[in-house]
Amino acid sequence: MPLKTRTIKVGELARVEGEGALTLRIRGTTVEQAQLQIFESPRFFEALLRGRDFSEAPDITARICGICPVAYQMSAVQALEAALGVDPGPEIANLRRLLYCGEWIESHALHLFLLHAPDFLGYPGVAEMAAEHGELVNQGLALKRAGNALLRVLGGREIHPVNVRVGGFYRAPSVAEMAPVREELAGLRAAAEATVRFAAALDFPQLAPDYEFVSLRDELEYPMNRGRLISSRGLDCAVADFNQHFIEHQVEHSHALHCRRDNGNAYLVGPMARYNLNFDRLPAPIRRLAEELGFAPPICNPFQSIVIRGLELLFAIDEALRLLADYSPPEPAHVPLRPKQAEGHGCTEAPRGILYHRYALAADGSILCAQIVPPTSQNQLRIEQDLQAFAQNHLALPDAELQWRCEQAIRNYDPCISCATHFLQLYMDRDGC
Amino acid sequence: MAPRKPRLAVFKFASCDGCQLSLLDCEDELLAVAGQIEIAHFPEATRASVRGPYDLVLIEGSVTTPSDAQRIRKIRKQARHLVTIGACATAGGIQALRNFADIEEYVRTVYASPQNIATLASSTAIADHVAVDYELRGCPINKHQLLEVIGAFLAGRRPQIEDASVCLECKRSGRVCVMVAHGTPCLGPVTHAGCGALCPGYARGCYGCYGPQQTTNTAGLNRRLRQLGRNDRDLIRVYSTFNAAAPAFAQVRNALENPDD
Repeated sequence: MPLKTRTIKVGELARVEGEGALTLRIRGTTVEQAQLQIFESPRFFEALLRGRDFSEAPDITARICGICPVAYQMSAVQALEAALGVDPGPEIANLRRLLYCGEWIESHALHLFLLHAPDFLGYPGVAEMAAEHGELVNQGLALKRAGNALLRVLGGREIHPVNVRVGGFYRAPSVAEMAPVREELAGLRAAAEATVRFAAALDFPQLAPDYEFVSLRDELEYPMNRGRLISSRGLDCAVADFNQHFIEHQVEHSHALHCRRDNGNAYLVGPMARYNLNFDRLPAPIRRLAEELGFAPPICNPFQSIVIRGLELLFAIDEALRLLADYSPPEPAHVPLRPKQAEGHGCTEAPRGILYHRYALAADGSILCAQIVPPTSQNQLRIEQDLQAFAQNHLALPDAELQWRCEQAIRNYDPCISCATHFLQLYMDRDGC
Repeated sequence: MAPRKPRLAVFKFASCDGCQLSLLDCEDELLAVAGQIEIAHFPEATRASVRGPYDLVLIEGSVTTPSDAQRIRKIRKQARHLVTIGACATAGGIQALRNFADIEEYVRTVYASPQNIATLASSTAIADHVAVDYELRGCPINKHQLLEVIGAFLAGRRPQIEDASVCLECKRSGRVCVMVAHGTPCLGPVTHAGCGALCPGYARGCYGCYGPQQTTNTAGLNRRLRQLGRNDRDLIRVYSTFNAAAPAFAQVRNALENPDD
């Protein structure tokens, strides 16, 4: 008798950034295939960047993703300054770290409260969740608002900030302009700690894959804007050597390039990787809180990434307050640049994990070629492996429940499909609209 | 029985997600909005989805594939009012730079297996495909303007969105003109208002996120930009960003690239 075949299909994944679909093919008692399909439309950023001036790259690449535009700007300026042989100095580095804190706070609060928590509490979305958990949702919105306030004062606006340039900032805000956001953030520290406690008390489905974690590692700081690339299996390389250790390639069923280690294995980037590899770089109060709640590393269950996002949210608030405490506007706000023929590499920690940029410049500063490797395309293979393992262990669940849990397993990664698929698109029929 | 709440749906085409995120960025108003309307289809926010018809449909993104050209027609049939939000939906977005290039060459540049790619040679605004009831400009849109548009359509009135230039917004805010005072090139005189003249507030010239204002004097601005040392290539670049395919900006580029036409 032929084995019974069961297919679980989600035509349009919800509460992720961008458009993706999920297909699980189950034959008898075996999950034969788990696919994260992506039907984002092609936008050809690498092609359209050619011929543009290097100074345009931060504004153009920001448009790859409305959720993490700062990450694109930060990786772009790092790569281009490396190419031009310029170091804008510690004050501008601190201001960039402060801007990144704003994006981490906003993005983590968005994901934790609006996109991920509804899975744990059993709601289709935040509007329904708010009806019964109003205080929780308001707390999340307040945290998100504070992240956006920081982005607004330092970047000019929360989506596609206007103030970032290669060499620094167009204008450093005054101490008086920064004061209200400092006050707002200080008033939310308790809410952020409560968020961690809330997340730590959730029920987590079981899953413990054997991950290779990859993140930046800095000598002093919890990584954002600088560091070497390291992994839990011994990788330790300069950012400029990214292409020697990570290989992008096209697979037929996917619309985004898959990225693998040079040995062919999948790897994981993002909060869980950063946290497990850099726990010792977190301030003592955050380490103590994590230990008190039983979340000291290693954390290997991807469903628990919501707790790590909570800890990073709290960290980003503390870090922003630290940077704001002795803030004075750097003068000048940017350093001079001279175009030259060169190549440069940049890698920073987007909320979802490492984001790599490489640019080759002509003598007049025009971009000859660009390469951009976003976190979600790096995680894509790992997401599929998680799905397969998770579904295999939960085949007894009815279809609707299994489907929801698999969606949740994808949302563990906070996938940003807009980012992942600016490269690649395969044609796919869509039913209805 | 209470009257049915108006149904809102949000659909995405080729874009960065930022304009629909603007709705979730209305932290102070989000729950109030959700209380007044039924969020019937908004995948970025909820896995619940109700079939059309919808009272108000917001479209983010541009049309770049054959299937999307069909999809927007189906959506239009489900929409009582259809509003496009952002530079991708209203002008084709940054991805409309392909309209000025050889798309085959673009595909070969980016894709290992170009035969798998089904893409249109151009990225086009939604209004090139279906009737649109209102276009909200910006890359990204201004979230306060988005709330005004939603409120206006649900109340059955026209949105009150100013149709002036960034230059006017800037003057009104009392800022010193970056072009006059510092010789910084600025697209403010030809760019649609809406951002609140952000860039001059950060000592930077406007770079055109909101696309051309209705009546633009690009020739006059270009003369000034040339006086500031900008050559043809620089001018092509400044008009060729997020609203490159908007007619008033595309004309400048085409005239500079084909001076004999």
